Amino acid sequence: MTASRRTTITASIVLIVCMAASVMLLRRLDQMRTGATLEEVLYVSSPKVVKRLSLGYEGLLADIYWTRAVQYFGGHHHAGAEHYDLLAPLLEITTELDPHLLIAYQFGANFLAPQPPQGAGLPQRAIELAEYGIRNNPDDWQLYYQLGFIYYIDLKDYPHAADAFLRGSRVPNAHPWMKLLAALMAEHAGETRTAQMLWTTTYETSRDRDVRANAAAHLRALQVDEDVAALEALVARYRAETGHLPGSLADLQSAGMLRSIPADPLGHPYKLMPEGRIEVQVPDDLPFIVKGTPPGYVPPLKPKFLPSD
Amino acid sequence: MNGRIGYIAANTFREAVRDRVLYNLIAFAVLMSGAAIFIGQISIDIERLVVVNLGLTAVSLFGMVIAIFIGIGLVSKEIEKRTLYTVLSRPVRRWEFIVGKFLGLAGTLVVNTFFMAIGVFAALLYVAGHLQSGDGWILVALYFIVLQFLILTALALLFSSFSSPLLSAVFAFSLFVIGSFAEDLRGFAGMTHGITRWLATGAAYLVPNFSALNVISSVAHTQPVATELIITNSAYALIYSTMALCGSVLIFERRNLK
Repeated sequence: MTASRRTTITASIVLIVCMAASVMLLRRLDQMRTGATLEEVLYVSSPKVVKRLSLGYEGLLADIYWTRAVQYFGGHHHAGAEHYDLLAPLLEITTELDPHLLIAYQFGANFLAPQPPQGAGLPQRAIELAEYGIRNNPDDWQLYYQLGFIYYIDLKDYPHAADAFLRGSRVPNAHPWMKLLAALMAEHAGETRTAQMLWTTTYETSRDRDVRANAAAHLRALQVDEDVAALEALVARYRAETGHLPGSLADLQSAGMLRSIPADPLGHPYKLMPEGRIEVQVPDDLPFIVKGTPPGYVPPLKPKFLPSD
Repeated sequence: MNGRIGYIAANTFREAVRDRVLYNLIAFAVLMSGAAIFIGQISIDIERLVVVNLGLTAVSLFGMVIAIFIGIGLVSKEIEKRTLYTVLSRPVRRWEFIVGKFLGLAGTLVVNTFFMAIGVFAALLYVAGHLQSGDGWILVALYFIVLQFLILTALALLFSSFSSPLLSAVFAFSLFVIGSFAEDLRGFAGMTHGITRWLATGAAYLVPNFSALNVISSVAHTQPVATELIITNSAYALIYSTMALCGSVLIFERRNLK
């Protein structure tokens, strides 16, 4: 074997071994620096500075920042985080770089405003983001909808929500529900039907999987809350009529108060507890429910969404 | 160490000094003293932070430029000047030439970094009035920067062994930029599906990981660096440099020099 051939074989073997070892070490480094891609540091936090540094390539940079925002929220949400410190600046940088990236505003309305762990708990920043979006895209009715949504759902500020929906209803090609929502704010603010309508609009008009899943989970929760309240009212009526609590929901059916045993949106029949309360069978599968949970129930940090949402 | 490799390394170091590579130290000294004096006057409470951030970033960038621009010429210049034929006509193997060149430039960069480190600590002493125990972590950051130089030198040498100096510089610089976002790259690869995921993950693991070697921000805040990170990074830099050097050797062994 010639010296050159020996060198080639030795170098090839060392190369392959080193390649395998470097991959192993990188995996170890990733484990040691969990979330390093999304570490709680923004090297440049000023949107205007980032825009200037982009040297005219702000479109591409906006896409990168948007991806980072999604990845950041997804990673933290998956881990059940209670803080999303970088979500607002990441979305602000994204929209400064590309003010027409509408999905970023929608994401902000859905995940920046709600309280942790569902969101960052920053409704004011979400409002500023939505207003910024409206200034840059005045003809997009969805931005007005998102603004009204934040005012309604997160701040319970019904006059401002009505104003946002009304402004949006005047935009050409606005969703017909916008006018209706504006009117509902005045007459039926705080009612379940109004909230259902808002979440339905969100579900129907969004193409983002996370936003739709979140809306679907809220719609299921509203349905459960409504069902539990109605069933508990029936139990109270049964007690008033018979002088004792029903032994099961079948008793209500026998008494002609129910046509069949009702089930939650996931198909699990509701349970009647001995003290007359109604409970869902698997509360962890129904995030955001307010009624129908066992006493002292603590919901999981990470809301469970269905793969079908 | 093999004597022949030692001679080639020493000659590479001498050549770099003769090429006035170390003159960059003057620019660095001006930058550090300027920063130390001016920041104290125009800023409040971040003098130390700025000196550490600016100092270590400058060490990294100056060294990166040297590693790339000297590294890409290590082989091509020898071929152009025909001095390579003189070297290889002696009992010097091609792989010894490559390894010697690598060690020579790595030595130059270590010496350069050593003098710059003195500059950083001098500026720090000037602005803070004294050194504190947390400043010791700056040495770890400097060590990581040297590890970056080793990888970059090996890569520059790899490109230099088959490409023109201009293209080698472009390749090496691109890899430096990509490597600085290596962890983001692996994160993005993890979001893809199917065959794209395999390809993206493969590419993400192949590019050098410079981001784990950058602890400038944390040491500026006197945050400690984990011992395990120091060990893993050292092993990684050594292995990655060896890998790139093996690639250079394999290409250079087969290169027709007639």
